[in-house]
Amino acid sequence: MKKASSIHRNRILSNTAIYIILVVMSIVWLIPFVFILLQSFRTENTWMVGYVIPQQWGIDNYINLFTQTSFLQWYKNTLIIAGCNAVLQTFMVTMMAYALSRLRFKGRKFLMNAMLVLGMFPGFLTMIILYYILKSMGLTQEGAVPGLILVNFASSGMGYYVFKGFLDTIPKSLDEAARVDGATRFQVMRKIILPLSKPIMIYTILTAFMAPWADYIFASYIAFGTSSGYNVAVGLYSWLTKDMINSNYTLFCAGGVCIAIPITILFMCLQKYYVEGVTGGAVKG
Amino acid sequence: MADKITDQELRYLHYNKPMRLLFSIANFFTSLPKKLLNLIFAIGRAFKSLGLAIANECIDIVTTFINGDWKTKLSFIIMGFGSIARGQILRGILFLLFEIVFVVYTALWGVTWIAKLTLKNLTPTTTQMVTTTVAGIDMEVETTIYGDNTLQILIYGVLSILFVFCFIYTWRLNVRQNKEAEAILASGKKLKSGKDDLKSLVDDQFHKTVLALPVLGIVIFTVIPILLMIMIAFTNYDFNHTPPVNMFEWVGWTNFNQLFTWGNGTSTFSATFGELLSWTLIWAFFATFTNYFLGMLVAMMINKKGIKLKKLWRGILVLTIAIPQFISLLYVSKMFSDEGLVNRFLINNGVVSTAIPFWTDPTMARVMVILVNIWVGVPYLMLITTGVLMNIPSDLYESARIDGANPVQQYFKITLPYMFFVTGPYLLTSFTGNMNNFNVIYLLTGGAPYTLSDSAGKTDLLITWLYRLTVTNNDYKTAAVIGIMVFVVVAVISLIVYNVLPSMKNEEDFQ
Repeated sequence: MKKASSIHRNRILSNTAIYIILVVMSIVWLIPFVFILLQSFRTENTWMVGYVIPQQWGIDNYINLFTQTSFLQWYKNTLIIAGCNAVLQTFMVTMMAYALSRLRFKGRKFLMNAMLVLGMFPGFLTMIILYYILKSMGLTQEGAVPGLILVNFASSGMGYYVFKGFLDTIPKSLDEAARVDGATRFQVMRKIILPLSKPIMIYTILTAFMAPWADYIFASYIAFGTSSGYNVAVGLYSWLTKDMINSNYTLFCAGGVCIAIPITILFMCLQKYYVEGVTGGAVKG
Repeated sequence: MADKITDQELRYLHYNKPMRLLFSIANFFTSLPKKLLNLIFAIGRAFKSLGLAIANECIDIVTTFINGDWKTKLSFIIMGFGSIARGQILRGILFLLFEIVFVVYTALWGVTWIAKLTLKNLTPTTTQMVTTTVAGIDMEVETTIYGDNTLQILIYGVLSILFVFCFIYTWRLNVRQNKEAEAILASGKKLKSGKDDLKSLVDDQFHKTVLALPVLGIVIFTVIPILLMIMIAFTNYDFNHTPPVNMFEWVGWTNFNQLFTWGNGTSTFSATFGELLSWTLIWAFFATFTNYFLGMLVAMMINKKGIKLKKLWRGILVLTIAIPQFISLLYVSKMFSDEGLVNRFLINNGVVSTAIPFWTDPTMARVMVILVNIWVGVPYLMLITTGVLMNIPSDLYESARIDGANPVQQYFKITLPYMFFVTGPYLLTSFTGNMNNFNVIYLLTGGAPYTLSDSAGKTDLLITWLYRLTVTNNDYKTAAVIGIMVFVVVAVISLIVYNVLPSMKNEEDFQ
C-alpha cells in the first residue's frame, strides 16, 4: 500500500516536471513569432527597439507594405513559383519514384547510385553555369521567375526517396494481378498505384509548394538586383541590410506575418499528410 | 561467410556496445590498406572487362557487316536505312533524322567548338575606333569587338563532345537492330511495326516513357553543369579572367596545390580551408546529434503515459515548421544583433552596459548558431522520432519492467538501440545535409565575424564560403575547388559510415 502511494507520488512529481518543461518549451518556441506579430503593429517608429509591446498600435505597416513597396509583386512571383513547383515537381518525382520502385529494367541500380553520388555535390556548385545557361535563354533578372521554375523543375527527379519509400510498401501482387488481367503497365500506374498513393502525393505537393517561400540562395543570384524578379525571401532580406533596416524593420515584420499566416493555415490543414511523409521517409532513409 | 568465424569476430562478441562501435571503426581503418588494394584490383578488373566489352562490340560490328545483307551494309553509312527497307518506318526515320542533325551540327559548329577547347590561340576582345555617320557627320566611336568567350567555348565544346558520344551509341544501336531484324526475319517471324513500338512504350518499355523527362532534366541541369564546374577547377576563371572581356585558360592542378601548400602563418588559403573544414565537421556533428537527442527527449515527454493535451504540445512545435525558415531565422538574427531587441532591452534596463557580442564574438557566434539550430530543428526531429518510438513493440518494455529494469535502463537497452537501428541511415543523410546547411548559417550570421583570409568568417561553412566566393568575389575557380573538396569529404564520410553501419545492423539483440 505504501509502495503504491509512493509510485503514485513519483508519477505526479515527474508529470508536473514534464508539464513545466513543455510549457517553457512552448513559450520559447512561439515567442519570436509573437514578437513579430506584435512589432508588425507598431507605428511609432520603424527601427529596432528594446521593447516588444507597441506604444502606438496601428496597421500602417500593412498599408505601406501593399501601397509603398514592391511586396505585392514579390508575393505574386513567389506564389507563381510555388504553384508551378507544386505541380511540376510532383509530376517529376512521381514518375521517377514510380519507375524506380515498381518497374525493373536494365540500369536501374546504376541510375540510383548515380543519383546518390550526384547528391553528394553541394547544390550551388553549379550556380554560375546555370546562371549562364539561364541568361542565354533570357531567364535571369526580370525573367527570374520562369528561370527559377525551370531549374527547380528540371532536377527535381532527384528528390524521389520519400515517394519511393512509400511505393515500396504497396504489395507487388497488386501489379501482378492486374497484369494477368491484361492491363498495360501504364494502366497499372494510373488505375491502381496512383490512386493508392494519394497521401504521399499530397505530402510531395505540400513540400514542393512550401520550399520556394524560403528559397533565398539561388533566387537572389538569378534575380541579381532586379526587384521585379525577387521572391519574398530575397525581397525581405534586402530590407534587413545595414542601410535599409532602420526604415524597414517593422515593414519586415508585417511582411513576415503576411507570408507566414496563409502558409501556416495550409500546413496545419494538411498536417496529417506531412507527418506521415516525414516519419515514413526517415525510417526508409 | 558465416561458417568461418575469425578470432576477431569472437572477440567482438565479448565487447559491450560502445566498445563494439569503436571496434568496428578501428576495424574499418585497419582493413583500409586491404580495401584500397582490393579497390585497385577492382578498378583493374573493371578496365579489363571494359576493354573486353569494347573488343566484343567491335567484333560484333564487323561480323554484322560481313554476314549482313546489302540493307544492313548500307545502314552502316545511312543510319536507319535497313529499318526503313524492312518496313520499320518509324524507327528508320528517327535514326535517319538523328544522323542528319548530327552531321549538320558537327560539320557546321561542333568541330570548331571542340577544336577551340584547348583555349589557346583564341581571338581576344579588342576595342577599335569605328567611323559611324550620325546625323550626316562622321564620328569616331570607340567600340568593343568581342572575341572568343571562353565560358561559352567550354560549355559548347563539352556539349559537342557529349553529342559525339551520343551519336556513337545510337549508331551502334542502329547496327545491332539490323542484326536482330535479320535474325527475326530469318526465323520466319514478323518484325515489330511502328504501332507496336509506340504501344510498347506504355507497356514493356514503360520505364523509358516515365524516366525520359526526369533523367533528361537531371542530365542537362545537374550532370553537365557539375562536369563543367569540375573542368573550371582546372582553369584560372576568376575576377581577372571573366569572359567575355577577358579569357581564362587551363592551369592544371594549380588550384588544388593551393590547398596543400602550408606556407607561413595562418593567413594562407590552406589554413583557412582547414579551419573551415574542421568547423563544418564540428557544426555538422553538433547540429545533428543535439537535434536528434533533444528531439527524441521531447517526443518521449509528450508520449509519456498520463501527459494530457498531447495534440496541443505537438501542434505548437509543428506550427513552427510551417513558418518559412527565412522569416524566423532572419528575425532571430536581428533579435540578437548588437542593436537588436535583446541587447537594447538589457541595456535599457541596466543589466549590461555594452551590447553582448552574440554574433561578433567568434566563440559565442558558434555556440549561438548551434543553439538556434536546435530551436529550428527539434520540432522536425520530434515528429520523426515520435513515429519511430510508437513502433517499438510495447511487449519489450513490458518484459523489461517485469525483469525489474528502471526507466533509464529501459532507455539505454531498448529505446536507444532500436532508434539507432531504425534511424541510422537518416542520421547519415542528416549529417551530410548539415554540412551543406546553407540557410541557418547564412541567414543568422552570414559567416561573420570575418577574421580569416580569403574573405572567410569564423562561422562560415565550406558551402557558405563557396557562395560568397562565387557571388561577392567572383572567384569561380576556387569555388569549384571547394565544391569538389566538399564532395570528397561527404563521400568519404558516407563510405566510412556505410562500412561501419552493417556491423551495427547485424546485432539484433534488442529483438
